[in-house]
Amino acid sequence: MALQTNREQDVMASNQEIRELVLARFGERILAAEEECGQLALTVSRDDHFELLKLLKESADLGYDILMDLFGVDYLEMGGRERYGVIYQLYSLGRNHRLRVRVPVPEQDPRLDSAVPLWAAANWAEREVHDMYGITFSGHPNMTRILCPDDFSGFPLRKDFPVQGIGYRENFEKIENPKTK
Amino acid sequence: MTTTGKSMDSKNGILNRETDFQEFVYQPQEERLFLNFGPSHPATHGTLRLVLELDGERVVDCVPEIGYLHHGFEKLGEYRTYNQVVTITDRMNYVSPFNNNLAYILSVEKLFGIEVSKRAQYLRVILAELGRIMDHAVCIGTHAMDLGAFTALLYLIRERENIYNLYELLTGTRLTVSYARVGGFARDRGIPADFMPRTLAVCDGLLKTVDEVDRLLSHNSIYLGRTREVGIITPAAAADYGITGPCLRGSGVPFDLRQAAPYSGYEDFDFDIPVGSTGDVWDRYMVRLEEMRQSVGIIRQAIANFPEGELYADSDSKVILPPKDDVYGSIEGLIHQFEIIMLNRGARAPRGEAYIPTEAPNGELGYHVISNEGNGPYRFRVRPPSFYNFQIIPSLLRGRLLSDTVAILSSLNIIAGELDR
Repeated sequence: MALQTNREQDVMASNQEIRELVLARFGERILAAEEECGQLALTVSRDDHFELLKLLKESADLGYDILMDLFGVDYLEMGGRERYGVIYQLYSLGRNHRLRVRVPVPEQDPRLDSAVPLWAAANWAEREVHDMYGITFSGHPNMTRILCPDDFSGFPLRKDFPVQGIGYRENFEKIENPKTK
Repeated sequence: MTTTGKSMDSKNGILNRETDFQEFVYQPQEERLFLNFGPSHPATHGTLRLVLELDGERVVDCVPEIGYLHHGFEKLGEYRTYNQVVTITDRMNYVSPFNNNLAYILSVEKLFGIEVSKRAQYLRVILAELGRIMDHAVCIGTHAMDLGAFTALLYLIRERENIYNLYELLTGTRLTVSYARVGGFARDRGIPADFMPRTLAVCDGLLKTVDEVDRLLSHNSIYLGRTREVGIITPAAAADYGITGPCLRGSGVPFDLRQAAPYSGYEDFDFDIPVGSTGDVWDRYMVRLEEMRQSVGIIRQAIANFPEGELYADSDSKVILPPKDDVYGSIEGLIHQFEIIMLNRGARAPRGEAYIPTEAPNGELGYHVISNEGNGPYRFRVRPPSFYNFQIIPSLLRGRLLSDTVAILSSLNIIAGELDR
């Protein structure tokens, strides 16, 4: 048991510096590198995304060792881009820096390479994206539903799925109030 | 296959053990027992389910089955306005509700570009640290109770009751406080005059309780026997599984977002990060115990340096709810209020995405809010610490005794509400 104050070491790497490091190695395959609400967000196509994640994790000077979060987005109502997106939230303990990687996923073939070989944390997170959006991750050890029941049909977080659910409330028996008859 | 009894003659009315009882012969190498641990079990504290494969008392394998408490909060959040979503965030981690309010509202304020006053930041810090103490108190108390030490729970639950009373004094509610709003707080009340003195009194009592629990539990030989070298998480495994919070610090990694990426004025406070050495259940317990003391220190600093001035951000902003006096006393205030709360109007955030990570009692908690120029989130994603902390449990349980399951599970402090959302 020890007490530590590590405020001195915790210098945050700047977005500009990280951006230059990544662009130097990945070049034109980064589709966009923008700063949004103080956080650097890289957009990469799904053919390159596994390679980029591997580079971000394994190169010594970047070292994004923690996959903080992985989730899907349905861009149906935003327009102008592919229907789905998967967002990776990475954190580097050594650089104390946070990076967002956004991968567009087309509606016709919702498929991505799994990040489980890189981070064990991706296991359940990818199952959740599969459960909620119907995006399949190839190479995942157990691509099944996680939060919804196994016999559930439909993908609840898609924008065309009604918030009331399907097939539940419509089937309720209507009870009339005898006093109002 | 071996049989113990000698063969008997069944013609004389005695059963033949060789042929009639074959299936009852115990075969230690092949027989496995499948045990459902939960979803309703006193040690699961919520609806968790572990399917355990047992060989005698040893756990051979474990499959966690989650989703029993799935509410669809993320879907619901897409159909609510920014201020309404605050009430959903309370229900995620119901043991420390204000920390969830804070994490969500910070992301939304980032999206709107609002900077709240120092006074509001300090009040938020006080409430968040009270929430942290509450969460750790419940975690340690129930953890000790699961291991057979009931006394610690009684002391710690009393402290949580005192903190509930503080929350009630300030917010009017005890459990689901829903106190944060965009740009400040729910505006019904200011800060009651006796809130600060009572908070300090609760802090004094709390330190005594923490010391008492420390003396009762920390070096108790039965407790040590059940927690030392049990459920070890190495720093590499913790990073692999995305484990944060006391579980990561128990493994010796001094990562605390309050210092690594300060938010809501945490850069003004002096406090230490307790870290463990081996990453076992005992280390995680000790980290939580010490964090309660550090939180008391932060609360005392915040009260001693509590800034004067306005509690709310700019009142003229069309994003922030007006004071109640204006709403009841002037037509402009009433229109202002309606412009924000009516569902077909409301404050619209510019298009963009915001994510502010915060150090919740269980680890990194953040709300990724995507705006499509609507009056509510287009996508509302919570990064729940319990979801990522829980994934490691099969590898911690394999090869351990069944009774260790309870110690390991309670030391991870899984809250089913935020696990399943």
